[in-house]
Amino acid sequence: MTEQAIRVDYIARVEGEGALKIKVKDNQITELQLRIFEPPRFFQGFLVGRKFDEVPGIVSRICGICPASHQITSIQALEDALGIEPSQQTKDLRLLLALSQWIQSHTLHIYFLALPDFLGYESAITMAKDHLTEVKRALKLKRLGNDLTALVGGREVHPVTPTIGGFTSVPSRKELQAIGERLKEARADALATIDLVSSLNIPAFERDCEHIALSADDTYAINGGRLVSTKGLNIPVWQYRNHIKERHIPHSNALHSYVEGRGSFLVGPLARVNLNMDKLSPEARKIAESTGIFPTFNPFYSILARAIELLHSIDACLELIERLDPQPEDIAYTVQAGQGFAITEAPRGSLYHSYRINDQGLIEEADIVSPTAHNVANMEEDLRAFVPSVLDLPLEEATLKCEMVIRNYDPCISCSVHFLRLEIERE
Amino acid sequence: MNKPRIAVYKMSSCAGCQLELLNLEPILLDVLGAVDLSYFVMARRDNEPGPYDIGLVEGAITTGEEIERLKKAREECRILVAMGACACYGGLPSIKNWQPQRVVESRVYENLAAIHSTTAYGIDYYVPVDAYLKGCPVSREELLEFIKGVLLGIRPYLRPHSVCVECKLHENVCLFVTEGQVCLGPVTTAGCGALCPSRGRPCEGCRGPANDANTVSLAQTMAEYGLHRSDIIRYFRKFAGMTPEFSKGAEAV
Repeated sequence: MTEQAIRVDYIARVEGEGALKIKVKDNQITELQLRIFEPPRFFQGFLVGRKFDEVPGIVSRICGICPASHQITSIQALEDALGIEPSQQTKDLRLLLALSQWIQSHTLHIYFLALPDFLGYESAITMAKDHLTEVKRALKLKRLGNDLTALVGGREVHPVTPTIGGFTSVPSRKELQAIGERLKEARADALATIDLVSSLNIPAFERDCEHIALSADDTYAINGGRLVSTKGLNIPVWQYRNHIKERHIPHSNALHSYVEGRGSFLVGPLARVNLNMDKLSPEARKIAESTGIFPTFNPFYSILARAIELLHSIDACLELIERLDPQPEDIAYTVQAGQGFAITEAPRGSLYHSYRINDQGLIEEADIVSPTAHNVANMEEDLRAFVPSVLDLPLEEATLKCEMVIRNYDPCISCSVHFLRLEIERE
Repeated sequence: MNKPRIAVYKMSSCAGCQLELLNLEPILLDVLGAVDLSYFVMARRDNEPGPYDIGLVEGAITTGEEIERLKKAREECRILVAMGACACYGGLPSIKNWQPQRVVESRVYENLAAIHSTTAYGIDYYVPVDAYLKGCPVSREELLEFIKGVLLGIRPYLRPHSVCVECKLHENVCLFVTEGQVCLGPVTTAGCGALCPSRGRPCEGCRGPANDANTVSLAQTMAEYGLHRSDIIRYFRKFAGMTPEFSKGAEAV
């Protein structure tokens, strides 16, 4: 009889605080826990009683890595509640803002959080000694994404211009075109990123699970669309709560997201490329198709999906910049009671916000489910299926491989309000 | 001289302030040539033990476990820095402090037995703090200025004046006076370059009270503009409601 334990007390290179504990007895997993010790901050709790127009600025602070996603999603949910239809210019600028954040966040994950695992370094800081070209490329791409976020949003972390009905100020066509030139140059860096990621040794590991993403007829869906899946889910956003539930799993002591009648699911770049490959920009689509890999249910290919989306993001930004000539717009609406829903594709996957407001414009109820909260049950399922394949490896290597399974999801633990239920149910 | 060793600690926060370190992209490699990021869990797997020269603490303190970690951070760091609004004065997590804790918790969680959340405070409620880098998020420029100051052994310039000063230097039209949009600029610490008002958005006070901030007078002006008492309270009890100055503003009318 042999007993083994894999423990990671503080998972590194993810955003937030989490730990992993796996116990194995006679090659059988006896215990597997992805424990989150990120302290709760109660956003959904303290939003109640706040004014509706404060919400985008407040929920931005759920996550410093994808603040624009929380802002855009909350704004669209509140506009749904108030019956506001934003202008085409506003929709375009919001898409540009979301894409800029994809560029920044995907670059951060590919080069700083994931790549060191594949190349055998503890961090991008030590990796820079041997791979300076790659690290410099990453810094350049990340700065470009950040500069675009700052141009549209006013600031990289926690943008200030997005508001209900539009933007408090808009960039000029000249400013957009200047950054457009840099985006054109950055296509080569995105292509080099795809080459680099394609050369990595991707572990062979497949697990059949449901992949979910927004999808639209005419575009690679980011700020709108229907929620669809590889197993036939196809619903409008407002029906989300009728189909996506949470439940208590006794063996892991966690509340997990699942599709009613089925099970855990995956959201994020891999699900999006699998479901919406034909809507990618022409070159991104060509590359995705030529790999012959997609659709795939190997979560380790998430990094390739992310690299392909990086190229798509740059292409989509260029298309928007080509036609945008933003002008100041008047924002006017009347406050009324109502309920609104929105889902957007944040860098890490589908992000759900819903609000009920009263006729004074005060929040009565807020419901927020982040991509990582959607993914946590699936991460555990992946680990359950994956761990037996690494049991013969030295403990240190097995531990690293398990961490890689988690990092595939680029988990953003700060974001995951519901994720926290994990810890609560333990005691 | 050895490179100063920096530790980055995460408490109850969004990770946005520590991301600002990585957002130094164009000069990040130069910064890494001047300092060692010895403990930085978001970016590294092999983190070195203390002692450290500089500890950058991100986030409010909202659990007993964080109090213990904070005390340990204080012991192992020569200079301890509150990085960002949450660490300086509680930040947005402090909004919950004015509602009954159990009520706030029950809106998010079903089983409250395992929730051990405390009143959200800035870190100086528990340990002595050597420097405050304000803002939500922290200003990259001020963060860099601070690191340079430590390297050179000089005191960094901390802005004592209000956002209004920077707003005037930008020659912005005053949103408060001309458009009637309530703005916390008159009582909020500068250093952001009046970012929000320059983009058509009133100041929300994320950088906390400026020196000699007259919040009572501002609250009275808000009332004259027709704001209800509950609105005025919301303005002050947001990023820095736990500070004495903003507390006074919230209770003035």
